Amino acid sequence: MASRPIAVDVEHLHKTFRIPEHRVHTLKERALHPFRRTAYEELRVLDDVSFRILQGEFFGILGRNGSGKSTLLKCLAGIYRADEGRIRVAGHLAPFIELGVGFNPDLTARENVVINAVMMGLSPAQARERFDDIIEFAELQRFVEMKLKNYSSGMQVRLAFSTMVQADADVMLIDEVLAVGDAAFQEKCFEIFDSLRAAGKTIVLVTHDMRLVERFCDRAMLINSHRIEGIGDPKEIAQRYLDANFIDAAAEAADAVLLERAHISDTWTADDQGERSDIGAHGEPLRVYSLIEARDPIPDPEIRVWIENEAGARVFAASTLEFGRRIRDFARGERRMFAVRIENRLVSDTYHVSVLVRSRARPQEVSAIRHRAARFSVVGGEHVGGLYDLEHTIQLEPVGKEVTT
Amino acid sequence: MTTSAPTPPALRDIHGPSALGGGFQRFCYLAWVMAATDFKLGYFGSALGYLWSLVRPLLLFGVLYLVFSQVIRLGEGVPNYPVLLLLNIVLFTFFTEASQNAVQSVVRRENLVRKMHFPRVTVPLAAVLTSALNLVVNLVAVFVFILAYGVNPRPSWLLFPVIVLVLATFTFGVSLILAALFPRFRDVEPIWAITGTILFYGSPVLYPIELVPDDWQWVVLANPVAALLETARVAVVDPTAPSVAEAAGALAWVTPMVVFVAVCVVGLWVFNREAPRIAEEL
Repeated sequence: MASRPIAVDVEHLHKTFRIPEHRVHTLKERALHPFRRTAYEELRVLDDVSFRILQGEFFGILGRNGSGKSTLLKCLAGIYRADEGRIRVAGHLAPFIELGVGFNPDLTARENVVINAVMMGLSPAQARERFDDIIEFAELQRFVEMKLKNYSSGMQVRLAFSTMVQADADVMLIDEVLAVGDAAFQEKCFEIFDSLRAAGKTIVLVTHDMRLVERFCDRAMLINSHRIEGIGDPKEIAQRYLDANFIDAAAEAADAVLLERAHISDTWTADDQGERSDIGAHGEPLRVYSLIEARDPIPDPEIRVWIENEAGARVFAASTLEFGRRIRDFARGERRMFAVRIENRLVSDTYHVSVLVRSRARPQEVSAIRHRAARFSVVGGEHVGGLYDLEHTIQLEPVGKEVTT
Repeated sequence: MTTSAPTPPALRDIHGPSALGGGFQRFCYLAWVMAATDFKLGYFGSALGYLWSLVRPLLLFGVLYLVFSQVIRLGEGVPNYPVLLLLNIVLFTFFTEASQNAVQSVVRRENLVRKMHFPRVTVPLAAVLTSALNLVVNLVAVFVFILAYGVNPRPSWLLFPVIVLVLATFTFGVSLILAALFPRFRDVEPIWAITGTILFYGSPVLYPIELVPDDWQWVVLANPVAALLETARVAVVDPTAPSVAEAAGALAWVTPMVVFVAVCVVGLWVFNREAPRIAEEL
């Protein structure tokens, strides 16, 4: 892999938007306030971003909304100019930021394909040459002379996608276009991704769907708060993204930040004898263990463990707060195990264990988080629904018939 | 599916959007495809289609001709006045229509500007080209009319394509300034609409240049459009008409040429300065 040539090289990229606080749009406003200097708010969107993508790699960029991932894509595509830094790309790059850029509803498929392909960098002659392939790939042979406005949205997407595939780019930038379309279309997109991969194309996929990253990417990058938070194995990056994504909810605070002062190295469930098991029998005690390793000292710590079901409903939480007193500070490098023993009244389903470590004094600063760190299934018991099987009895009695006349 | 080339392409720098750049061929393809599409869509869905591009100046011509030859009698004593009026209207309509289309062109193509990397100049250029296509269609009709009126072709007609080319270049220069400024200053649009009307009456479109007081002729002819209309008149319609030099002195060409060069240079400079960030201003 190291011997493969570089396809995209980004070095120390910075990008700041200047947002005018009061937008002066008309001359009258200018004339009325001639000396008022427009005040700008500087909005840093990308802060010293550097990475390399190798040729033939399927590279995922993950990030929450507003993290700067779309701006990065637009800088790569040459739509925004970088303030500082250098971007180099090997060969022809086709951005696919929106489906069917330049598509016009009043034109036929044929005309639209030519426009779109020219936008993507083909010549009109090349576009016409490849038109049959494009239409065949989109499976729209019967609708060639139909106006685009009469196409279903799925058909439009198919047309746009096959034009992109035929655009002959060395590097393709794809931005969450899969958000549209139904399940059948998504399957088709996945097939296209697989075939593009097989053809050895370099693909940069920007998304907030970690499943896509896990399924297709060779490597992934996580962008958080305008910086690169990690590059590496897609599974690991996806997990970190998930952690970052759920940090607000987990910390029950807005604007929670992850400081990574600790590492949750292992989390597992066990039966009452302490034997590791990802199956918990209903009605039997269940144990949850989490191994925490402090990288930096954590004063006045809190460790919290919670269980949620597949649908994401939090069914149970336990915390060191329950001790009712301050627990000993974590020293640098110290390892401790947090254990919870539960009377398992959960109904049979699949559950996930998540773990959070933070300082009691600053609850929005999270020292470590591991979202859905362990999974277990509950089996046995007889229940008709609900989340818990609460202790209960049932009765059914005949009620005397009162005859009213 | 095509497979990637065996020899990997070399790394090259991505500099972000610019006015030009990105290869001359791609530049031409883009401008042409955008212009042709707009031309096609311009009359989409109307029964008469392209004919409308002809009917509009003809109707304007009909009204103006009636008013200025029958009511105000401005055209009396002017050789081939109806032909002159028609040619002037068609050329001037091109200038105003193209520049007015160009004003909002960048904003209208927002979805392209914000989603694709391409030389930004192609956007106003396409707006001017669309109008130029209309102009070509109209000029065919105008020359049929000119011949039918009894004006005989002369070698000086060969100058006419040059005149049209210079007019289109000037229109493009004006369009660059307008298109670059509009995203930031929305007043550009009404200001230019009024300016268009002022220029229409301030140029020898309806009246021949001789009717302007001698001392003022050079002011009128400082406008390159006016100078070009007058040159077209001499070359095509009426060889006896005063040329620009005859009307306003031997140095008369100096002012319109300075204006022409200034507008084109300023246009390129302004657009080039705005182009890198134009996507962020929208």
